[in-house]
Amino acid sequence: MTTLSVNEKKHTVEVEADTPLLWVLRDHLNMTGTKYGCGIAQCGACTVHIDGSPQRSCVLPVSAAEGKEITTIEGLADAELLNEVQQAWLDFDVAQCGYCQSGQIMTATALLNHNSSPSDEDIDAAMSGHICRCGTYQRIREAIHHVANKSSVNVK
Amino acid sequence: MRWSVAQGFSRRSFLRGAAGGTGSLILGVKYSPAEGAIKKHSSSVINNFIRVDPDNTTTLLINYAEFGNGAYTSLAMMVAEEMDIDWNTIVLEEAPTEPKYYSPLFKEYLTAGSVTTLSAWMPMRTAGAQARDLFLRAAALKWDTDIKALDTQLGNVIERNGDRSSTYGDLLVTIEKESLTALSNVSLKNPKSFKLIGTNTKRIEGTEKVNGSAIYGIDIKLPGMLYGSVARCPVYGGKALSWNDSKTMAVKGVVKTKRISSGIVVLAKDFWSAKKGRDALEVVWDEGQNASLSSEKFYSEYKALASKPGMLAEDIGNSLKVLHETRDTIEAVYEMPYLAHACMEPMNCTAMVEQDNADTDKISKCEIWSGTQYQSNDQEIVSKLLNIPQQSVTVHRPLIGGSFGRRASKTADFTVDAVEAANGENVPVQVIWSREEDIRGAHYRPLFVHKLRGALDDKGIPLAWHQTVVGQSIMQGTKHDPAYMVRGMDIYSLDGCLQEPFGVFRYGTSYAIPNHRVESHNPPKVGVNPHEWRAVGHTHTGIAYECFLDELAHAGGKDPLDLRLELTKDNPRMNTVLKLLKEKTNWNTSLGEGRARGMAARTYSVSPCAQAVEITLLDNGEFSIDKVICVIDCGIAVNPLGIESQVQGGISIGISAVAFGNIEIVDGRVKQSNFHDYNVMRINHMPEIEVHIIPSEEMPTGVGEQATAPIAPAVANAIFAASGTRVRSFPLSKHGFKLI
Ligand code: FES
Ligand code: FES
Repeated sequence: MTTLSVNEKKHTVEVEADTPLLWVLRDHLNMTGTKYGCGIAQCGACTVHIDGSPQRSCVLPVSAAEGKEITTIEGLADAELLNEVQQAWLDFDVAQCGYCQSGQIMTATALLNHNSSPSDEDIDAAMSGHICRCGTYQRIREAIHHVANKSSVNVK
Repeated sequence: MRWSVAQGFSRRSFLRGAAGGTGSLILGVKYSPAEGAIKKHSSSVINNFIRVDPDNTTTLLINYAEFGNGAYTSLAMMVAEEMDIDWNTIVLEEAPTEPKYYSPLFKEYLTAGSVTTLSAWMPMRTAGAQARDLFLRAAALKWDTDIKALDTQLGNVIERNGDRSSTYGDLLVTIEKESLTALSNVSLKNPKSFKLIGTNTKRIEGTEKVNGSAIYGIDIKLPGMLYGSVARCPVYGGKALSWNDSKTMAVKGVVKTKRISSGIVVLAKDFWSAKKGRDALEVVWDEGQNASLSSEKFYSEYKALASKPGMLAEDIGNSLKVLHETRDTIEAVYEMPYLAHACMEPMNCTAMVEQDNADTDKISKCEIWSGTQYQSNDQEIVSKLLNIPQQSVTVHRPLIGGSFGRRASKTADFTVDAVEAANGENVPVQVIWSREEDIRGAHYRPLFVHKLRGALDDKGIPLAWHQTVVGQSIMQGTKHDPAYMVRGMDIYSLDGCLQEPFGVFRYGTSYAIPNHRVESHNPPKVGVNPHEWRAVGHTHTGIAYECFLDELAHAGGKDPLDLRLELTKDNPRMNTVLKLLKEKTNWNTSLGEGRARGMAARTYSVSPCAQAVEITLLDNGEFSIDKVICVIDCGIAVNPLGIESQVQGGISIGISAVAFGNIEIVDGRVKQSNFHDYNVMRINHMPEIEVHIIPSEEMPTGVGEQATAPIAPAVANAIFAASGTRVRSFPLSKHGFKLI
């Protein structure tokens, strides 16, 4: 038995300890917003937050996530800033097929959470672990800058 | 500012099922067999495509796939424009796989070839106009007034000089009472009065794609569903002789193993267990005939063939004579490797095969859930496979995580996997390909060799062109053979090499070279399954043609863009595109030390598109693509925001291919396996892309593949301009040019 805290809710699952968190989320908890793209930490589609930091769930054994707070794309809309990232993605019409975007949004959110005005280099460094085969990179960059500019103006 | 997920979702509740439909509930999204739903809503059926509910919601039955192409949005725009409804009141439901929903161009349920906008332009607008007309007639009857006194306004019929108004939804009662039906002959709007078409419109399914609720094929969950993972022969076409599953069956969650056409499938309660079980299988393979094949052998055979006469596709003037009589001919051979599509969502399909209640050996029906571009073909292949009528195969089409041609599978390969795996199981089975299977899946842009010879006149203008194209045909021997093979030649292999229209392709290169000869060889289709890949033939003909044209410009001392302007003087559409490109790039200015420009121009599926790139090249061979300027003429621009994203995407995938794209076959095996060795571009490689759309009143044409066609040669031409090195075998990384 493994107990996980996902989006502030506790779940108990019966899986082998080496099962990657990705497949526990997708197949045991039916939370399919987190995607499978490569399984070897090359594409970023499976990115979730573990205690607030972005991690590749396809290579993270579920045992390593026990006792930590897991946030997935489905849980983002509860936090103020995170909503803004998703909203910016909508405003800039970033998604094409959309498959990579859960992961992109998770990493962009984490980036903006610790760096409120990232430079282009910061964006490259944070986001280059993600692949978008549809080529939405330009709009991803624009959306991140947009959120940064907005939050530096509207500090609460 | 907070926005509500729930609100966003219900306003645009996508693939919204009709109340009382018989579909199964999947994560809160109801998939209903639309046929049943239509019957239950007979009072609100306007025509084949449109239903209206009393609450004034319009449901559009959408008969093209959405894989990032923007089809859902632009088709809904066409309907909303003519029907005159509020954009926020339109929802989409998948049109069933029936002939009345087939593409009028392909006569199949197929989304491909960048012709969706063009094919849907009249049907969607007509459907919308029919609905509007029906509500106008209903109001005229209800109010006993002349229809000429009425108008519509965003989902309402209004009296021009009166007080009365009614929502479309409220007029449904009148339509039913008076038995009114849609007229086939209705007039369409003058494009000058369009209000929605031509405006920047965001994706209709945008919300689902940022909050994790979008359902792709891989996200389908059904009660009792098992997951399948397939052990495939490392050599394409090989077969399993025997297998030992004792280690596999010891993996927790594994249910069984069995043989299917593509290998041995392991069924388990979750995908990870299935894959773990698959990895533990011991299989003895018969590798078959392809085990000795290699990319190197293909290159050397094809190069030998390229020097031999091929089938004659085009012979304008007398190239052979001119070349024979010219002293300084220019010659080059270009080599392009196999390419994988590598869509972010790996291939997958879910299937449920149901037995007859009375005779359990007899299959009664099959349902599949598949991110497919090609529903009618999947249906046809599955019906033959299970020996049941085509109507007994229901295809559900969830959202699609990228396709680029891959999911228009003529063999329905990933669909067949799931159906064979599910057959006999009495529960749904979802087969997911691992990324490694996906990269090694053998459906590739075929490897090509082009041999070119050219001669210039005394002013340095191309006088004669002779091109021999060698590569496996995509269409030969398939059901598309009659339409796409002309005198034994695949028109896709030659697309973009010929000056004149060829077969069903009603356009040429846009250039006029007085002596122009093109020959073709179709070597045997062995080793892989040659397949359409975004921009298809242009992915290799574009490089060969546009780079060699650059070579001729250089040899003749001509500016490459000015030469193309000269060669397109009699082609006003491309000439206009090139003129604007010259202006927008400030072509005649210098970029300074270490930087250079390159350009190319292509006409794919009617829309002329030209691009210039600006690169920076370092001494160590590393280069960055700093900027791409793209000019495209796609007729009426239905959704400029969508066009811009298609251009960005088309350029991105083309850069991936020219810079890194390489599937190599060694001893019949594909060397690459995942994104660590099949490199694709990432955000740090992405140039700034500027898109200019030529204003036009022509019919809208495609944009999905057009921008992919010129980018690879434009980059290679820029590398030449910066370094003096003419790369003729791809990708660029083979020659130490590393994209950073
Ligand atoms: S699926 Fe985890 S990084 Fe690609
Ligand atoms: S939007 Fe399709 S892969 Fe990124």
